[in-house]
Amino acid sequence: MCPGGSPVQSGEDSRMADELYKKVRILCWVMTGPNNLEKKAKHVKATWSRHCNIVVFMSSVDDPDFPTVGLGTKEGRDQLYWKTIRAYHYAYEHHGHEADWFLKADDDTYVIVDNLRWVLANRTPDEPIYFGRRFKPYAKQGYMSGGAGYVLSKEALRRFVEGFKNKVCTHTTSVEDLAMGQCMEKVGVKAGDSRDTAHRETFHPFVPEQHLTTKFPKSFWYWSYCYYPISEGPNCCSDLSVSFHYVDATLMYVLEYYTYHLRAFGYRHRYQPPSPKNYEILDSVDSQDASEADAKEGGIKEMASEGKGGGEGEHLPKLDKGQEVNLPPFAEKGPPAVPPEKRR
Amino acid sequence: MLSEGSSFMKGMIMGGLFCLVLSLLGSFTPGTESNSEDHHHHHVKAPSKDELKRFTDSEMEEIRQQVQVYCIIMVQPKFLVYWATAKDTWSKHCDRAVFYTSESSKALEAVDLNEKDEWARLRKALKHAYDNAGDLRWFFLAQPTTFAIIENLKYLVLAKDPSEPFYIGHTLKSGELEFVEYESGIVLSYEALKRLVHVFRDEEKCPERGRSLWKLSEEKQLAICLKYTGVFAENGEDAQGKGLFSSKGVDSLISDSMKNNPTNVVEGCCSDVAVTFSGMSPSQMQVMMFGVYRLRPYGHNFHDSLVFKPPQDSDND
Repeated sequence: MCPGGSPVQSGEDSRMADELYKKVRILCWVMTGPNNLEKKAKHVKATWSRHCNIVVFMSSVDDPDFPTVGLGTKEGRDQLYWKTIRAYHYAYEHHGHEADWFLKADDDTYVIVDNLRWVLANRTPDEPIYFGRRFKPYAKQGYMSGGAGYVLSKEALRRFVEGFKNKVCTHTTSVEDLAMGQCMEKVGVKAGDSRDTAHRETFHPFVPEQHLTTKFPKSFWYWSYCYYPISEGPNCCSDLSVSFHYVDATLMYVLEYYTYHLRAFGYRHRYQPPSPKNYEILDSVDSQDASEADAKEGGIKEMASEGKGGGEGEHLPKLDKGQEVNLPPFAEKGPPAVPPEKRR
Repeated sequence: MLSEGSSFMKGMIMGGLFCLVLSLLGSFTPGTESNSEDHHHHHVKAPSKDELKRFTDSEMEEIRQQVQVYCIIMVQPKFLVYWATAKDTWSKHCDRAVFYTSESSKALEAVDLNEKDEWARLRKALKHAYDNAGDLRWFFLAQPTTFAIIENLKYLVLAKDPSEPFYIGHTLKSGELEFVEYESGIVLSYEALKRLVHVFRDEEKCPERGRSLWKLSEEKQLAICLKYTGVFAENGEDAQGKGLFSSKGVDSLISDSMKNNPTNVVEGCCSDVAVTFSGMSPSQMQVMMFGVYRLRPYGHNFHDSLVFKPPQDSDND
């Protein structure tokens, strides 16, 4: 078992992933409850959470067997923000020094932690910033969808905890993701852009099938919530997608199979993501392989070198992942009178 | 009245038995003589990394250019959505993909075989593919609901010589007859297809309108005809012995594995280099395109000895 947590396929070169595992330490906390341990949390534990540096399952009650941490709340949709506040406080107090980034996910969120490390690799945990699927209403800089998962830098977490100590942040609403977004704004934590270098989203509030194939009706709330322009079809989703939501038990294993197992032998992916800065030595193909690749492809270089943006056929301006995309603000339509109930 | 009735019944029974005997005799297939040429393996395994290391760079390049696949996709207007999905998804990775239909549709292009009988239609399609093969030496026969990962098919056969007869897929047994399941896709080498097209002319061994009172399925008829030419069904497997061809979809296989291997669901399920799945909805096939050709964890690389480039004019892979 390598540090990434899952067994490696024969012939698989995971040096880059191993290096990122050491340098971009992620604590994942999973929001669950006593009734969902067998139905949902168990399958999270058997799949994606193995790839986190640290994972903590947060519930209303302690369960030493699973194990889960008891937050001392009740269960229910109205408890979500209370659970979030306490969970993040727990993570800060018990593991604040052991991780650089702190991810919140639901027990029906599937997360590809290796891809999260890629998104975060050019950032530092000292920046007050957080990432997720950015929504725009109700908060000036927007906020991150709760179900799609969001990740705070260590500094963002520190300010979150400080914020509650100083009462700058309070339990404003039980709509957890919105409340988090409001607190983040108050304590000066920036809402980051998690899209890849081809402007494709990485955090997803629905399952892959819906993002790839469904034509959402224009009246669906999703259209007015997304901060960045929505793409339907293949452009909906980055090759290096980080999360999907409303994932049932079967789909957890299906996504694990698609992500970490099933592949097309020899296939050269269209999208060649740029390596994070200061890591390029590991990501470049061995010189021997490079010459083999040259011979086989008639001279097309296989090297993924630093600063190379996008992939084949990508004619977008090369963006540093650190660069904020300054998109014109969307025309303000005015918020609906009552915030809609969010399904959990 | 009763005596008339009982005579009638006796007559019916005798007539039925007579028919039964005749048709059984009609479907009797004599065992074929096995020549010293035939290779009686029952499985074809994908090459291991060590096996591939034995090839030189120039041999590998030659292999890459030669392992080209002609996809024979049998469609019908009543499966129009699957037809369109196959066209928009996996078939783009075939070196040539030809759709063969029972009747033409204004919506999509295909070779119209103008033939209602399924076995006769299949024969025509195979003959057409053989006649139009050009330089292509591997043939993949699919149904509308099949999804194939052609790169993995190439990986399976890349160390095999197509001028030898190969007939590969998910093998099943019916009595003494071993055949390749149609729904999970059938792979034929050039030599196998050549022998098949020749035996099509033999009405004794390989009749066009099928044999016996009970119509045999096309997959069994195919196996019988091939058997006459000394070609036997072989099960396609990865280097660990896991089957590569399936008549089920990935959701179904994972569900089964959750019941049978609850502590090791993914490892106990399916091969990393699986070739076919079947019975998936068109949306699930789009998800599979994403899952196979795009979605991956950053920082894990494979230095495969062959490189296959993405097809032109495609955006979902």
